[in-house]
Amino acid sequence: MVSPYLLHLLVFVAFPVIFSFILMFHRWNIISSMEFVGLRNFVVLFQDRLFFTAIYNTLIFLLIHIPLQIAVALLLAEMLNQQIRFRAFFRAAYFLPVVISGVVVTIVWQQLYGFDMGLINRILTGLGLSRVGWLTDPNIAMPSIALMATWKNVGLYVVLFLVGLQGVPEHFYEAADIDGASHWQKFIYITLPAIKPTIFMVVVLSTLGGFSLFIEPYIMTGGGPMNSTISAMLYIYKQGFTFYHMGYAASLGFFFAAIIMLVVVIQKKLIDRE
Amino acid sequence: MMKKFVLYSGLTAGALMFLYPFIWMISASLAPEQEIASLNLLPTEFTLRSYLHMIDKIPIGRAFINSLLVSVSVTAGVLVFSSMVGYALSRLHFRGRDMIFYIILFTMTLPFQITLIPQYILIVEFGWANTYLALIVPYLVSTLGILMFRQYFMAIPQDLIDAARIDGCGELKILFRILWPNSVPALVTVGILTFMSVWNEVLWPLIVIRTEELMTMPQMVALFAVGGRAESQLGTKLASAALLAIPVLVAYSFFQRYFIQSMATSGLKE
Repeated sequence: MVSPYLLHLLVFVAFPVIFSFILMFHRWNIISSMEFVGLRNFVVLFQDRLFFTAIYNTLIFLLIHIPLQIAVALLLAEMLNQQIRFRAFFRAAYFLPVVISGVVVTIVWQQLYGFDMGLINRILTGLGLSRVGWLTDPNIAMPSIALMATWKNVGLYVVLFLVGLQGVPEHFYEAADIDGASHWQKFIYITLPAIKPTIFMVVVLSTLGGFSLFIEPYIMTGGGPMNSTISAMLYIYKQGFTFYHMGYAASLGFFFAAIIMLVVVIQKKLIDRE
Repeated sequence: MMKKFVLYSGLTAGALMFLYPFIWMISASLAPEQEIASLNLLPTEFTLRSYLHMIDKIPIGRAFINSLLVSVSVTAGVLVFSSMVGYALSRLHFRGRDMIFYIILFTMTLPFQITLIPQYILIVEFGWANTYLALIVPYLVSTLGILMFRQYFMAIPQDLIDAARIDGCGELKILFRILWPNSVPALVTVGILTFMSVWNEVLWPLIVIRTEELMTMPQMVALFAVGGRAESQLGTKLASAALLAIPVLVAYSFFQRYFIQSMATSGLKE
């Protein structure tokens, strides 16, 4: 019963993990023979400014994406949790981008973000404001991608928060009403503590998703302008599959995975302490 | 009353924000090229010219069949193999069962960034680069699927299984003849999740498939969008994106409840 799984595990998980340990200490372009280089990959890695730029960009992405996503998802979930009609329709509309390929979303948003012809800049100029270089300004391009990613994923978190909100017992709110609590106080003292597990889940899920950021900059900007949107995954992809530096790309992947696990553990610790 | 008005305005604005880009995409892909820039939702005439131009440029039909073949094979494989493991973990007693369970939980926490490069090398060494096998075999087991089946099977009455055993059913027969028909929700959930994630996957195909005839649809559309072969014809690009979205849009509009439930439970599992 479990033997197909074990075989698969051995070949596609256990072996790759072990093999990546070996690869890290070699230089290999996959065609010629492997050359042992000791720790040189890591020496190069720590001097590789572009890689750290890529990690920095990815962290910038997360810093914008996660709070924005939680705020928007909570707001929409709160609205859906009221006594409303057409709840199923609204929920389905918010969720739609979640099921659509990121490739489609990126192609469409590339047009929305267009400098001269894009919808967003047209609205801005229509309001008498000046155009924004959504994808051409190095300071704004990554936030633009984070905004788009939030738009794409937020529907999933709306649904998760909605489940969380519906799990808060009604009598908590009734008791607070008797005590004369305001809407905001009820949110801070009842809702937030009750949905803390959901918030943690959302943080972890969007962190893992954000660390995998790849296809959006790949299509939209190719990592530019001025390397401002090159994500860690995009950089690893380029090292591995454009330049065929297999040993180096494996080292990058390993180092990056360690950062990911570290970040998730820190998040868990922080949230537990709260 | 005022509050209701604000609430419904907010809800509607939200819905528009999420729907508009897709409506515009489809409308623009059907508009004459020179009208796309006008951003009107209703062009003066509807034309399939962008679609014809795209079909002329890339073998999108072939890519559609590739994607379908890969997604269906992987989904079938995941349903069979994951339910087998889920059954073993929930209903059979054997040595090392708990250890396997912990290994599964552990592999879920392992970032895929570690295994990406070695997995590619494995595919090359197997001689699977540029074959369907590269797209299918690594995905045949889903840890999430295993956990979902395990949990679902645990709720099924033991009497049902015992009765089948007395009738002389083997374990596989019990799984497929007794448990499967009683686990339709789990099958639907795992099926939708697997199908969607494989259908939308683009990084892995970009890595292991380089020949055009074997490319999946998202891969081909992505490369078309960045590669300049759309010759800055916006309509053609949007047509390829629309064609990639339409099968999912259609499925979603009929079964949105199942899509949402499945993806929400996958989130809740983490």
